Amino acid sequence: MDIISLLKTLSETSGVSGYEDRVREAVIEVFGRYADEVRTDALGNVIALKRGTNEMNEMKPRRSIMLAGHTDEIGLMITQIEKGFLHFTEVGGFDPRVLLGQEVVVHGKRDLPGIIGSRPPHVLPPEEREKTIPMDKLFIDVGLPPDEVTALVRVGDLVTVRRELTPLQGDFVAGKAFDDRTAVVAIAACLEQLAGMRHAWDVYAVGTSQEEVGLRGAITSAYGLAPDVGIAIDVTFGDQPGIPAADTVEMNKGPALVYGPNIHPVLYEALVETAKSLELPYQVEPAPGRTGTDAWAIQVTRSGIPTALIGIPLRNMHTSVETVSVKDVERTGRLLAAFIARLDAEFMHRLAWRPAEAPEEK
Amino acid sequence: MILKELSEAFGVSGHEEAVRQIIFDAVRDDVDEYEVDSIGNLITLKRGTGESSLKVMVAAHTDEIGLMVTHIEDNGRLRFAKVGGIDDRILLAKAVCVGDKKVPGVIGVKPIHLQEKKERDQVIKCDKLTIDIGATSKAEAEKLVKIGDYVAFATSFADLGPTVKGKAFDDRAGCAVLVEIIKGGPYPFDLYGVFTVQEEVGLRGAQVAAYAIEPDVAFVLEGTICDDMPKKKDVSPTTELGKGPAITVMDRSFVADRRLVQLLVDTAEELGISYQFKQPLMGGTDAGAIHKTRTGVPSAVVSVPARYIHSPVCVLSKSDFENTVRLMQETLRRLTPAILGAL
Repeated sequence: MDIISLLKTLSETSGVSGYEDRVREAVIEVFGRYADEVRTDALGNVIALKRGTNEMNEMKPRRSIMLAGHTDEIGLMITQIEKGFLHFTEVGGFDPRVLLGQEVVVHGKRDLPGIIGSRPPHVLPPEEREKTIPMDKLFIDVGLPPDEVTALVRVGDLVTVRRELTPLQGDFVAGKAFDDRTAVVAIAACLEQLAGMRHAWDVYAVGTSQEEVGLRGAITSAYGLAPDVGIAIDVTFGDQPGIPAADTVEMNKGPALVYGPNIHPVLYEALVETAKSLELPYQVEPAPGRTGTDAWAIQVTRSGIPTALIGIPLRNMHTSVETVSVKDVERTGRLLAAFIARLDAEFMHRLAWRPAEAPEEK
Repeated sequence: MILKELSEAFGVSGHEEAVRQIIFDAVRDDVDEYEVDSIGNLITLKRGTGESSLKVMVAAHTDEIGLMVTHIEDNGRLRFAKVGGIDDRILLAKAVCVGDKKVPGVIGVKPIHLQEKKERDQVIKCDKLTIDIGATSKAEAEKLVKIGDYVAFATSFADLGPTVKGKAFDDRAGCAVLVEIIKGGPYPFDLYGVFTVQEEVGLRGAQVAAYAIEPDVAFVLEGTICDDMPKKKDVSPTTELGKGPAITVMDRSFVADRRLVQLLVDTAEELGISYQFKQPLMGGTDAGAIHKTRTGVPSAVVSVPARYIHSPVCVLSKSDFENTVRLMQETLRRLTPAILGAL
């Protein structure tokens, strides 16, 4: 699998939370290459099933694992049209400061390239340049006369940031919506590897919708599938200037295995064991509470699902220059496949909580 | 459209070779003489029909604003300084190209999730930002980049219908107009088409070119401020997109020669070309240097309005561009020594 070209395709496909049709089609196509069946649910989750290898199975019914990577991206929504210029608000969390001077695509009656305009420094008094511009003072220019704009764009239309994937040095790449399309790529890489491996458990590869606005796709897909085990794959904060090292993981040092109340400790241990057996680099990321990822929703689905979380290190999260190491994406896929291949009928017993038994009296 | 090629070329002030080459290739068969002077100006001469003894200089600047690498950190990140006037606020989360190898890089920002609320209200100064080219050490970065390398925004040109978008329309728009003017000749007089360097850092190229040419009259072509977006206060848009070429009466750098302004206006009125006056006192141009050359040169400035200049991406109107070409060509045809005598 060419990870960069798949990431480029998925990253450059638009899919703001709740309006994920295009990226959904792309994910259906990608998962469909490796899965036995692919369907979607009412909230727009893409659910691909790769069945466990039959001859290995005496489990009735077969156990299943759900892999979740969210397909949605943060974006903007038009709130008002003024003299041909478009005012907007955010869908998901944007720092308004990163929007100035960005190129966007306005998804009107047709896709319109646009620019979030900045006033030239020549006309700005020095004190203006010391102030940040709140989102309600920013606007999008699509370069068309006002009457054409009102014919093509209406309030409520979605906007995505425009950025082509940029390869940097080493194996770093930068682009938009790597949160969380890198996870979708890692899951696809896992499915591809599993095609050449034997695995007892059924695998549900889920491209979840609406993560950025409240983990909503994970809530319904986990409920619908009721898997025995869930693993969410999301991006996590990679090292970058201005952030204490304690708050980040390193880039290109392998996936971050998250540890904390959101994570079943035995699943965590099993992932660590798998990474060690593959001699695959990994990092530990402590998460003392809410992880803000699909794992947070999956864990408390129905009567509870043992859940793990893997983080792909990423710089500049929620900007148009999100940066990842391609190797970390590949490693995440490889770790998942090896982990799944090791799952057997007994694995669920390991996950069961048992009170420590009192030592037998002699 | 040569504007696409010019817009996508890299030519930060002091390093305009690529832009100069594109222009040279475009005009070499249309001019009688050319030279590149010591500072890097491309000076072309298109001989006139002999009707007029005037020597007319028309100038546009080839350089653009950008950045320069000032330091390579141990972790491989690049610190930088601004070349020309850039608002720090437009630098966040942009893609750039570094040096002659055009090494791709990005200017990163701390994720919103890790910011404190008050941080979001603060402008991040240029000296707090770095360019990430993906290098993980100083040694790795130094294989590709060196201190002093120029950095330009990575922006592609595109047609938006009635408008186009791209970087550096200040002043590649003027360069493209000047190419069309040269191709539209000959004129009654000798036309010195000058593609200047280092305008953004102090009108450096124009000063020496004007000295060498010693013109009787000069016109400067610009891609100028267009601040016509909605604003709460009733302030001037400086110029407006789609309202035609902008004629300068006065800016921070000079007062336009009133005879030349009148000739421009008369020509536009006669031909029904829409035009506008640029709001006085905004910005400065090569005319600021040219009009004070030697014993003085009557000068005027005509501009294509361009939104968001000095940022990674600008927008201009195709009709404004075409009307600027036409207004300039026709004005030059009507320029006679008698007009200069009429002060």
